[in-house]
Amino acid sequence: MRLPLLALLARGPAHGYELKQDLEQLLGSAYPQPNVGQIYVTLGRLEKSGLIEGEDVAQSSRPNKKVYHLTDAGREALRAWFEEPEDEPRVRDEFFMKLALAPQTGLADQVALINQQRRQYLNTMRQLSKLAAAEDRDNRIAHLLIEGAMLHLQADLDWLERCQEELEELE
Amino acid sequence: MSDDRPAPVLRAEGLVKTHHGEGAPAHAVRGVDLCVRPGEFVAITGPSGAGKSTLLHLLGGLQRPDAGRIWLDGESTDTYSEARWAVERRKRIGIVFQFFNLVSNLSVADNVELPALLAGVAPKQARAEREQLLAELGLTGKERSMPGELSGGEQQRVALARALVNHPPLLLADEPAGSLDSKGTREVMRLLSRFHQRGQTILLVTHDARLASAADRVISFFDGRIADDATLDGGTPPRRAGISGVLELKD
Repeated sequence: MRLPLLALLARGPAHGYELKQDLEQLLGSAYPQPNVGQIYVTLGRLEKSGLIEGEDVAQSSRPNKKVYHLTDAGREALRAWFEEPEDEPRVRDEFFMKLALAPQTGLADQVALINQQRRQYLNTMRQLSKLAAAEDRDNRIAHLLIEGAMLHLQADLDWLERCQEELEELE
Repeated sequence: MSDDRPAPVLRAEGLVKTHHGEGAPAHAVRGVDLCVRPGEFVAITGPSGAGKSTLLHLLGGLQRPDAGRIWLDGESTDTYSEARWAVERRKRIGIVFQFFNLVSNLSVADNVELPALLAGVAPKQARAEREQLLAELGLTGKERSMPGELSGGEQQRVALARALVNHPPLLLADEPAGSLDSKGTREVMRLLSRFHQRGQTILLVTHDARLASAADRVISFFDGRIADDATLDGGTPPRRAGISGVLELKD
């Protein structure tokens, strides 16, 4: 969450709760909502490493709030973030280990493993469909996020299908 | 055994179908039992060539099984002739296909009204039904268009209207989004869900898991057989874990 917070601060100074709200609004309901405590902890770390600076602002009826702004070092870190491509998503290696090792153990059936995993994915897919239906139609970013998750799941399901085809041929 | 539930809209037992073409015979359907109850939305998924379309064709009477039996609303179809199946496909079973299969030289309005008129519905009522369905499917103003003038997504909506104009208890859908883009797929998904919520029983064949996830029961079909039959609960996942790995919150 460090870099997304830096990116939000590139626009201009903000305090912790504002950042939480901005993040939620941008990414929509599919994204796990960060708790505000987590945000304050991260902001503290960013300040300690010199990427942001905080300033206490007095409020009339409430305790002071801390407004953060990006430092030059922070802007540089952000630039470096955008310059690097990200790693490709991981293959579901834990499931694959189960599938590969099941026959040797005599404790699990491969087709049953595949069915179980497919049910899991399909249920998640259904949840994503519901999220997409509930999400604000105009929030393109949120919809793209959900669609990305669905396409990943679709690929995982296709791959399960391949595993099953392969195993049925061996029968 | 007492069972107070209403008769299944569709029941099949021991269905077998082998295609004899060039080369080795293709065992498309190899012993399928299936029961679809009123109000259910069932998806059949599987790789292409698994036989799922053949299964759907058997269930809609478009092809005849080599062995096995089919019941519609508890009534055996064993003695049904081709003509009788054609009647049932107007009254009790609506079908949508991947390539829409609209009559290309009839207008949108005529495509939708035709099955109603063939089923003996009065022209005035057929028109009323058509107007209501097209409005519901966002096609008002397209009545006089020819199918060729419409986008794929619009043609599929017309096909859906045509399939539902006689209020069939069962809707069969064979890869209804198979030739549509991502937007068209979402549209079909939304419409199927909407009709289902109103009580329409649906049996959908698709290789698209996104589409299948709109159903509340998903049957995995492999090599002519049912490999799994799962009811999706669609409950709320634990928030912290992220909806899936791709949505996990790091750090």
